[in-house]
Amino acid sequence: MQWFSAWFGGFAAFLYPSFGGHHRPASMDLRATPSGTRILIMALLELKNLHVALEDGTEIVKGVDLAVNTNETHAVMGPNGSGKSTLAYALMGHPAYEITEGELLLDGEDLTQMEADERAQRGLFLAFQYPHAVPGVTVTSFMRSAINSVRKAKAGGDDPIPIPEFRKELMAAMEQLKVPREMASRYLNEGFSGGEKKRVEILQMAMLKPRIAVLDETDSGLDIDALKIVAGGVKDLVGPNMGAIVITHYQRILNYIDPDFVHVFVGGRIVEEGGPELAHKLEAEGYEAFTPEVVK
Amino acid sequence: MAATPETEIVAGIGNDYKYGFHDEENYVFKSERGLSAEVVAAISERKNEPDWMRKFRLKSLEYFMARPLPEWGGDLSQIDFDNIYYYIKPTEEQANTWEDLPADIKNTWDRLGIPEAERKFLAGVGAQYESEVVYHKLQEKLESQGVIFKDMDSGLRDHEELVKQYFGTIIPQNDNKFAALNSAVWSGGSFIYVPPGVSIEMPLQAYFRINAENMGQFERTLIIVDEGAYVHYVEGCTAPIYTTDSLHSAVVEIIVKEGGRCRYTTIQNWSTNVYNLVTKRAVAYKDATMEWVDGNLGSKLTMKYPAIWLLGERAHGEVLSIAFANKGQHQDAGGKAVHVAPKTTSTITSKSISKNGGRASYRGLLEVAKGAEGAKSKVVCDALILDEDSRTDTYPYISIDENNVDIGHEATVSKIGEEQLFYLMSRGLSEAEAAAMIVSGFVEPITKELPLEYAVEMNRLIQLQMEGSVG
Repeated sequence: MQWFSAWFGGFAAFLYPSFGGHHRPASMDLRATPSGTRILIMALLELKNLHVALEDGTEIVKGVDLAVNTNETHAVMGPNGSGKSTLAYALMGHPAYEITEGELLLDGEDLTQMEADERAQRGLFLAFQYPHAVPGVTVTSFMRSAINSVRKAKAGGDDPIPIPEFRKELMAAMEQLKVPREMASRYLNEGFSGGEKKRVEILQMAMLKPRIAVLDETDSGLDIDALKIVAGGVKDLVGPNMGAIVITHYQRILNYIDPDFVHVFVGGRIVEEGGPELAHKLEAEGYEAFTPEVVK
Repeated sequence: MAATPETEIVAGIGNDYKYGFHDEENYVFKSERGLSAEVVAAISERKNEPDWMRKFRLKSLEYFMARPLPEWGGDLSQIDFDNIYYYIKPTEEQANTWEDLPADIKNTWDRLGIPEAERKFLAGVGAQYESEVVYHKLQEKLESQGVIFKDMDSGLRDHEELVKQYFGTIIPQNDNKFAALNSAVWSGGSFIYVPPGVSIEMPLQAYFRINAENMGQFERTLIIVDEGAYVHYVEGCTAPIYTTDSLHSAVVEIIVKEGGRCRYTTIQNWSTNVYNLVTKRAVAYKDATMEWVDGNLGSKLTMKYPAIWLLGERAHGEVLSIAFANKGQHQDAGGKAVHVAPKTTSTITSKSISKNGGRASYRGLLEVAKGAEGAKSKVVCDALILDEDSRTDTYPYISIDENNVDIGHEATVSKIGEEQLFYLMSRGLSEAEAAAMIVSGFVEPITKELPLEYAVEMNRLIQLQMEGSVG
């Protein structure tokens, strides 16, 4: 399927900016295959009219349509309080955020009733804005447990990664993300600086090899060097096996990630969609220009 | 004959306890139920003991009878002392090869993994089954260095003067009701002497197994670490699951002489029908180090507070304790440090977890006597509560009679946070795996102190406790 993903990604990147955003069917398109027959194409991750509410019933996400494939980087840009992080949490299955309406599909499979672990086992990943500390659990042992949980779910029984293979992968990923070796034996996120936490989030992503990664304000609190490393890590992973949703407030990270699509997210809705140029327009004009009357 | 599978299956229903099986009883001797001067005298006679020990036992029985049950700690009112077997002799002879044991008893040790552990990483092993140590072995090299590692009965027989010099001096026979009981009916346990300057690199291990229903196991351990010597002693314990209760009441006395070091590690995993009421106390002389590493996972009720008396200058004491209280369990555990000499130091680190209505209490004593100038002590007790039904309490007693001291006490109570669970689950761990990981991390400051094999075992036992339900 790799040729297909590559082809589809490229084709979509070419097509989407011309759609103008508002009326594009979110998840399915009828396309011509190279041979000319028409088939139904399903995106890897699909959000269809997704609504998310807090436990008290307050609606935060008010009908989002989004389709993400491998080989694609989607930037979701929005101002503070627009509901970006709620969307990220809801995609991953945080129990405090309820999907009240719409669909959330991965490979056509409904995720809405699944716990976070089941979603992760199917290839969804969330890089947290504020990763939690887990005292007493080293980065290494945490990584190995997480990988083995995913492998166990896939194999339908214990299938632990051989330790030499695990070490090799971990060392390589740490090297690439410039994570110092001694971090491997430190307790996960305990006493980490903001930059260290974000790098270790990307390290986890590299090790777990998700199919869709959601990055929730991974750029916040990073200096420019750390930002380059983190963005480079994401860029390297997006490809035939992974697509990404990069949630951010600022255009800054997009200079290093090169999104294929930009979605402007205001008041719990996607209000504008386009290609990379949209991010520049946002940076120049601010979110005010995109804020619809209903939200104002 | 091997353990009966049906009993094992029935006993195991709704319980993750792996060691709940039992063997058929083919015993050499089993005393009548209940306690009396006759029973105590019969034990002494059967063991062919010197007269002083017989008198010591009988006097201890008087103390036991005279003392009321403690009114603090856990609920002891359900113990039926008349229903307990105080002495059971399972085999005629002590074996020093596993093959010499009766097949079912050998099979039990195999299932507990003791012979394998001995081959891999132990310097010596004692295996107590009911009242007697049925197997004992020490590496020849250590024997030739003058190390003594025997069961307590053999210790008394072969080294009477040494035993007489120390026995009951650290924990007097009337120290408390259960020390008095042990002093009256003790049987088995370990006797260890490490000569000056001898450092035993690999641990010595004793394993205690109760097999019969309503059994009372009363092992007695005496460890003497001479000047500049070192020993790490490890004990483990399990029992079958029965509907009625058993009683385990040990006494452990340790003497660490100048510059010596002793580490005593317990992984207590009794079945949840065992009352575990143990008195453990060590004295540390000048520049000596005593460390108690105490893991309490099993039992119905545990009351145990390993103590260290720091008698010589710069002596150091450490208590690391983990307690896991699951459904129906009460772990009343902690530690005591008594600073008598100048510049003595101690740390007590206690971690408890309560789950499914279990109750974990930290009970500790820190005492600094007049004259213990420059003493330093730090007490940290952290409790983790996994659900609303469970309970934790802290009873820290502190008594300081000296001005020039440095004392710290910290206590925290925490719950597993939803955010922390979600974070781990978002990486593919199930809720139970995530909770188990948080718990393993919580106790890591203690498990990292264990030899690898025991750390693995401890983590595995915690995983077992965490399976099934999560709060």
